Amino acid sequence: MCKNALTEEKFRELDAYVASLPERKGALIAVLHKAQEIFGYLPEEVQLHVARLLDLPAANVYGVVSFYSFFAEEPRGDHVINVCMGTACFVRGAEIILKELEADLGIKAGQTTPDGLFSIDALRCVGACGLAPVVMVDGKVYGRVKPGEISSIIKEFMEV
Amino acid sequence: MSTYRMHLLVCGGTGCQASDSRQLADNLQAQVLMAGMGKEVQVVTTGCFGFCEKGPIVKVLPDNIFYVEVKPADAEEIVSEHVLKGRPVNRLLYVEPGMKERIAEHREMPFYKKQLRIALRNCGFIDPEDINEYISVDGYQALGKVLTEMTPDALLVLMKKSGLRGRGGGGFPTGLKWEAAARNKSDKKYIICNADEGDPGAFMDRSILEGDPHSVLEAMAIAGYATGADCGYIYIRAEYPLAIHRLVIAIGQARQAGLLGENILGTGFSFDIEIKYGAGAFVCGEETALIHSIEGERGEPTNKPPFPAESGLWEKPTCVNNVETFANVPPIILNGPEWFSSIGSEKSKGTKVFALAGKVNNVGLVEVPMGIKLREIIFDIGGGIKDGKKFKSVQTGGPSGGCIPAEHLDTPIDYENLTRIGSMMGSGGMIVLDEDDCMVNVAKFYLEFTCDESCGKCTPCRVGNKRLHEILTRITEGKGTMKDLDNLKELGGIIKDTALCGLGQTSPNPVLSTMKYFWDEYVAHVVDKRCPAGVCTALLSYYVLPDNCIGCTACRRVCPVSCISGEVKKVHEIDQTKCIKCGACQKACKFGAIVRK
Repeated sequence: MCKNALTEEKFRELDAYVASLPERKGALIAVLHKAQEIFGYLPEEVQLHVARLLDLPAANVYGVVSFYSFFAEEPRGDHVINVCMGTACFVRGAEIILKELEADLGIKAGQTTPDGLFSIDALRCVGACGLAPVVMVDGKVYGRVKPGEISSIIKEFMEV
Repeated sequence: MSTYRMHLLVCGGTGCQASDSRQLADNLQAQVLMAGMGKEVQVVTTGCFGFCEKGPIVKVLPDNIFYVEVKPADAEEIVSEHVLKGRPVNRLLYVEPGMKERIAEHREMPFYKKQLRIALRNCGFIDPEDINEYISVDGYQALGKVLTEMTPDALLVLMKKSGLRGRGGGGFPTGLKWEAAARNKSDKKYIICNADEGDPGAFMDRSILEGDPHSVLEAMAIAGYATGADCGYIYIRAEYPLAIHRLVIAIGQARQAGLLGENILGTGFSFDIEIKYGAGAFVCGEETALIHSIEGERGEPTNKPPFPAESGLWEKPTCVNNVETFANVPPIILNGPEWFSSIGSEKSKGTKVFALAGKVNNVGLVEVPMGIKLREIIFDIGGGIKDGKKFKSVQTGGPSGGCIPAEHLDTPIDYENLTRIGSMMGSGGMIVLDEDDCMVNVAKFYLEFTCDESCGKCTPCRVGNKRLHEILTRITEGKGTMKDLDNLKELGGIIKDTALCGLGQTSPNPVLSTMKYFWDEYVAHVVDKRCPAGVCTALLSYYVLPDNCIGCTACRRVCPVSCISGEVKKVHEIDQTKCIKCGACQKACKFGAIVRK
């Protein structure tokens, strides 16, 4: 079963959340956060649903979704690989790490592998600058990553 | 804290947690219990110590012993040797680069010697998840004092006298900001804490929220009293899960203790705080954009005036201050404005937290009095440049700042001086660059960031920065002309003059400052088609020197993209079309057979 399937149940969970809000004015971003938590990403159906729930024009909802980098309109891979591209990591070679990772997986930052296993994201500073360059996979931080180490990190997640 | 004879403080900041400090704290706790000392020795997970380079950090009190780079497996030795037998574990003590002796006390460490901690006073000292620990270090006393002893007007006078200026970038006097919000009559007013720290390489606000969340809550309530607001919002990045977690705990505890909510301390003053999540947009650090984001809209800035103090959130008077600014408020009230204004330089009072990172030995958070020289921060506190390389430049102020060359290392740092030399204070990011960094590439990096983060509302920023980025890309690819350099300068000036908000008005700074101080490097890219630092990959390639290559296959094995061919004992070859120029082969070669040209 596809885990990103938009089931009735998920929509009901979102409805319940919106119903529990004391105030709908200004709640759009909070609702979208919740929706992404439930669905994993924000496809058109979900955006339209949110627009109806909050009585907003769909264009407004899309405007907000596309504005903020945290909101994803495409499904994410099972494992999200974040390469920190903050300045501290950048001057310690993050660009090379990212290129290597992109070459390894055959996708660019922001994309997902065809098998749905990995997504690559370039992220702006996780704040672990002492460990630069930093790669984060599913929230686990790998510090002081050297060129050549990235493939062994990916392998860890391929076998699981 | 009197019942315990010893405390083991373990850094629980994001940096140290990334190096297993949570496991370390658990192991220490288990070892303490196993030794039967559970009632005598307390393990406390604190906020960031600032010395992130050497994390995870463990500090033992009252002995004042400072351990660095502690691994979870070291817990047993710390407990069996230090806690039980009173013998500090020598091998875990800090060694200054280039020195032999180990240093036991943090006060003796060059990294801490020149620091003065006001905003970070409790980070690495108290348990941020326990309100009682904050109260035990005079927490909420400032709030009690203003509510019971001072009128809002007297409080405004005090804040203005202290000389505190906004720590988020612009440096606007905090007292004046509060006064403007106080003067505007309204049925509802708001206090907003700007915790949308988007500047890459700056993490002081997050460390304060992780290490001392109550100081921010207390200061927000104080600001509420001064301005007549009863509602506060903390606007925080969703990317900061630990800070959010600790804020939620802190707000709950403060409400329960009656320090937030209705009728605080029985004085009739009410103030409550709610958290609002950002969703990743750098421009939301700009106060009008931030306000729109809290309203659930796109975070696009609007023209000022009207200033938020007049018409802000839901068109009500609103006061927006940054985390670090708030963290300074309680000590100012307790110690007096004269104390605060005695620290710092003539126009910039107090201290500033800098996130020192890049090619420097001691990466971390440092808090220093304003007016200190860059040289002192980078070479005394920061321990100099990594791997004995030569200092080239320091970038301050993030994407809005500029690159400062060696000739200005002795400039005393304050708001005015940094602006004068083409950079800015910004939120306090400080990235050190060495001889291996290409300044054109650094400028391009920042422009890429600005292009990504431009909200698109005004043309100079949306289109202008894109053009700047294109020109810089051309230059780094060896396709630039001298005319491009003229265009960069002219266009940069126009964007600065005409952009709508702070983001656009400062975005050309990285380009203009590097052009001013590193003109030769631009010329080398354009005229000689050469990258002097050897960074711009289009201008360099890796080659095998056939005479030196013995065919050991070491390079072939490390190449991440498998672009090196050649059999054992035969000369290898690099496929230039596949090579990503990572340099791994050059590092792996023991015979100097790989060169970069």
